[in-house]
Amino acid sequence: MTTDAGLVGRTGLQFFGKMCASISHDIKNVLAVVNENAGLVEDLCFAAERGKPLDPLRLKRVAADVKAQIRRGDDIISGMNRFAHSVDSESVQVSLPEIIELLSALCSRFAAMRGVALKVDCPEAAATVVTSPFLLLNLLWLCLELAMAAAGPDRTIVLSAARTENGACLRFRKLERLQNVPADAFSNEPAAALCRALNAEVRIDGQAQEIAARLADPRG
Amino acid sequence: MTEKVLIVDDDKAFLQILAERMQNRGMEVSTAESAAEALKMLEKESYDAVLLDLMMPEMGGIEALQVMRKKQPEVQVIFVTGHPSVSKGVEAVKLGAMDFIPKPVDMAELTEKIHQAKASRMILVEKRSQEKIKKILTDKGW
Repeated sequence: MTTDAGLVGRTGLQFFGKMCASISHDIKNVLAVVNENAGLVEDLCFAAERGKPLDPLRLKRVAADVKAQIRRGDDIISGMNRFAHSVDSESVQVSLPEIIELLSALCSRFAAMRGVALKVDCPEAAATVVTSPFLLLNLLWLCLELAMAAAGPDRTIVLSAARTENGACLRFRKLERLQNVPADAFSNEPAAALCRALNAEVRIDGQAQEIAARLADPRG
Repeated sequence: MTEKVLIVDDDKAFLQILAERMQNRGMEVSTAESAAEALKMLEKESYDAVLLDLMMPEMGGIEALQVMRKKQPEVQVIFVTGHPSVSKGVEAVKLGAMDFIPKPVDMAELTEKIHQAKASRMILVEKRSQEKIKKILTDKGW
């Protein structure tokens, strides 16, 4: 029999691997564009050596493209850094809007692959919960995987989070095809172990067209 | 003779710059930002080589390859991907892909593979037209 800690550890490692693979793919794409821009400058220099004048405007465009890719790469690496640090503490005050934004940034590629857009709607800027940020991200990822199968015709999932009386509630809304998701989809052992570790509960609500993860905050 | 190439990638920045560099090398280049768009283009045109991204929204490269091969059996597909894995490579070649090129792209290697693709496609087209002629002659009893 596998212990809860073993299940949570294994699920967490799978999640970590999946995110790292996706991030590395995104970084490769950035490097590919930078590489082509460097190659284009080489092409232009080669042509200039053969008498074709260099076009300053074209060079400016190359510089602008490289800068844009550096910004793109910087965003990806900043997200990766925040994700890597999510394992630093098992219990820390987590900003709800920030964790939802991070989830959205980490998972936008997975969503795009399934033709889904993620929209963050967290009006409570100061809302926090005390929990394990990494385990929370893992739980939210499992919720999002289910949510992507249930996205409505406009292919947008709204991610929101808010404080509740004794904790927090994180929601995946606009799931107009929740009938595609079995009501017991979250009752498998790894998900249940994760919920127990976080003192959380996940509800799949067909009527409200949402998946909601409720967390109890040790602060109450 | 100019190589006619279709590049399919959902990363617009990559698509545009690669197309420009290939055009600078005298190739005739078309681009598509999705597999669906590429399939529409293949209904109207044929290309010496199709450079196909493996991971794209909605329809991935492997699925697109299968549809392309049905539409144009002689189409020469080269996958251009960030993370070529052996298993994906084997799967792609079994399904009829010509080759794999990792990102970032080595332009000399890519150009060489496009030349090979054109040569392979011409042999296949020639073979198919000879088979057609042979069939006509056989049908007519000549």
